[in-house]
Amino acid sequence: MKAAQVIMDTGAHAAALAVKSARVDVVPGYPITPQTSIMEAVAAMVENGELNARFIPVEGEHSAMAAAVAASAAGARVFTATSANGLLYMHEVLHMASGGRLPVVMCNVNRGIFAPWTLWADHQDSFAQRDTGWIQYHCSSNQEVFNTILQAFRVAEQINIPIMVNFDGFAISHCLMPLTLPPQEDIDRFLPPHEPKWRLDPAHPSSFSNVTNAAEYAPFRQMLSDDIMASIPLVKQAAQEYKDITGMWDGDTIDTYLLEDAEVVAFAVNSMAAELRLSIDILREQGIKAGLLRPRLYLPFPAEDIINALPQNAQVMVLDRNYNFGHPGGILASELKSVLFGRRNDITVKNRVMGIGGIDLPRRFMAAEIRAMMDE
Amino acid sequence: MTTSIKQLPDIEQVLSGNGACGGCPATMALRIVGKALGSNAIMLLTPSCSVASMGMTPKLGYNWPGINICFATAGSSASGITHAVEIMKEKGRLQGELPTVFSWVGDGGTYDIGFQALSAAAERNDNMIHFCYNNEAYSNTGVQRSGATPRGSFTTTTPTGKRQPKKNMALLMLEHNIPYVATATVAYPGDLYDKVVKAKNIPGMKYIEILAPCYLGWQFDMPETVQLSRMAVKSGAWLLWEAENRKISFNKPSSLIISGKKDADPVNEYVMKQGRFNRLLKGPDAESRIAEIQSDIDREIAFMRERAKITI
Repeated sequence: MKAAQVIMDTGAHAAALAVKSARVDVVPGYPITPQTSIMEAVAAMVENGELNARFIPVEGEHSAMAAAVAASAAGARVFTATSANGLLYMHEVLHMASGGRLPVVMCNVNRGIFAPWTLWADHQDSFAQRDTGWIQYHCSSNQEVFNTILQAFRVAEQINIPIMVNFDGFAISHCLMPLTLPPQEDIDRFLPPHEPKWRLDPAHPSSFSNVTNAAEYAPFRQMLSDDIMASIPLVKQAAQEYKDITGMWDGDTIDTYLLEDAEVVAFAVNSMAAELRLSIDILREQGIKAGLLRPRLYLPFPAEDIINALPQNAQVMVLDRNYNFGHPGGILASELKSVLFGRRNDITVKNRVMGIGGIDLPRRFMAAEIRAMMDE
Repeated sequence: MTTSIKQLPDIEQVLSGNGACGGCPATMALRIVGKALGSNAIMLLTPSCSVASMGMTPKLGYNWPGINICFATAGSSASGITHAVEIMKEKGRLQGELPTVFSWVGDGGTYDIGFQALSAAAERNDNMIHFCYNNEAYSNTGVQRSGATPRGSFTTTTPTGKRQPKKNMALLMLEHNIPYVATATVAYPGDLYDKVVKAKNIPGMKYIEILAPCYLGWQFDMPETVQLSRMAVKSGAWLLWEAENRKISFNKPSSLIISGKKDADPVNEYVMKQGRFNRLLKGPDAESRIAEIQSDIDREIAFMRERAKITI
């Protein structure tokens, strides 16, 4: 049995290595900062024969998702990646992917949205796709990006719902961290070849995403809604089996740190949640019983796991790297309050927006913010 | 020799019973296309009349697997399918002959909203046939102007007649250096059939545009579709040509007009036959606006005659 290999790698390149390990068939791609390095790496792997796949250099993200959706309908395992305005440009076709029940996996490297331009991370782009019917993971390390892409393919193909794997531009995409690469045979065991339940096949002529009557349309939408909720056990199962095979664990629907006895709980996603572990250590040194709850799954929002994990009478400090326009504060706080309402009336939720457009979020700053929020 | 209508194979890919208007040129053209393509093909459709008339989920009036895609994406979606089937065949997950991947798209999905993705697919020379059935307007949504609407034509968004000439989409596709481009129309079924057979056997990007006189949009009598199609060609308003490896050749009867062996019919009779133009005649500037239509046609004939001389 081969041993795992440990290298130093960026998050973007880790994503490309996961695509290679998943033995993807088709990758349509269009560059956008900070996602570009994923596309470049995949294109190079296809060109030099490391990855037996087709790279389609399309002319824009709308076409990237269209080609991805169509290739998936033809029965291929498909990957693409984007960021920010590229993701927004795909919006219409994201709906076709989910409505068409096509198990495309995509990385979105989080970046703030135009206008005005920013190149750096916040989470407005992925959260703005909340209602497209995609499952969304948010990752806090390079290793988690690699692991999650493989888990995403497995879940997507089990339940025929597309999955978006999100991680922060630059902090994750462009920074080197140690990366453990499990042996390929272990990955092949975890993720067998894609066997589509249905594909465009001249031997079986039928229409796909054709016009429906309301009586047919409504059940399609209901099934999508039900199946998105039903993906939670599959997400957990994929995380557990991945751990059993590779020994690696990033949490399943949620990831926690020093949560059990916490009186103050930081609640955030992506790279800031990794930094928050250090903020929690600072607060603990100051005698504050602090802990962390990081939703790894943003959609479906893991309501039951959050409700079960939060300690009694905790103050939850939601740190949102996005705006919930029309409401004070951010989107995560709104999501959290909606699941706690009537279920956990012992919990207090406080909220701050920070880190917009890539403003740095060092551990001491976030620890100080949480302290200040305690007095509000 | 052009295949005669009697020699067309019996195979029917357009099944009995669909929602198309009587005399629909798109359905007529698709029937001929089906005879040339056979059943081993995958069809892509963007929103258009052929979607509205194909039947409701899960049924399909066309005997291929047919996928409805986002309006702007015929080029990129067909690229996705063609690459998918090729790589799956290479990996041993698909057996047998590769299916022909073809898009069946109107002038809106080709000239306008679909132009960018189609241009990019052509530049990549991805293996597909893009059919544009061109009824010179957005007929499916009730006849609005498109980039294919000729000058002078009334639509619901050009209520005094369109002021701009149409673009030469087939020529634009040729300028992408793709291996095969052709124009056709329903009055010449053998010509269309032969062109589809040819395209099917050429790897890479193929573009075939079919003029599709629409009784509703053009405002003529339903049984006169083929007659209008023939008049369009004889007046030079539609030129039949094809280009293999970038060399243009004209097909009869357009070749006779181009070579000067036969004069194009004056446009008046063709214009008078159609409600979309003949309202111009009631206006105070009728003469000059008909002259504009004629001059657009004359200019295209002269231009294409010269363009065909470039064989590099």
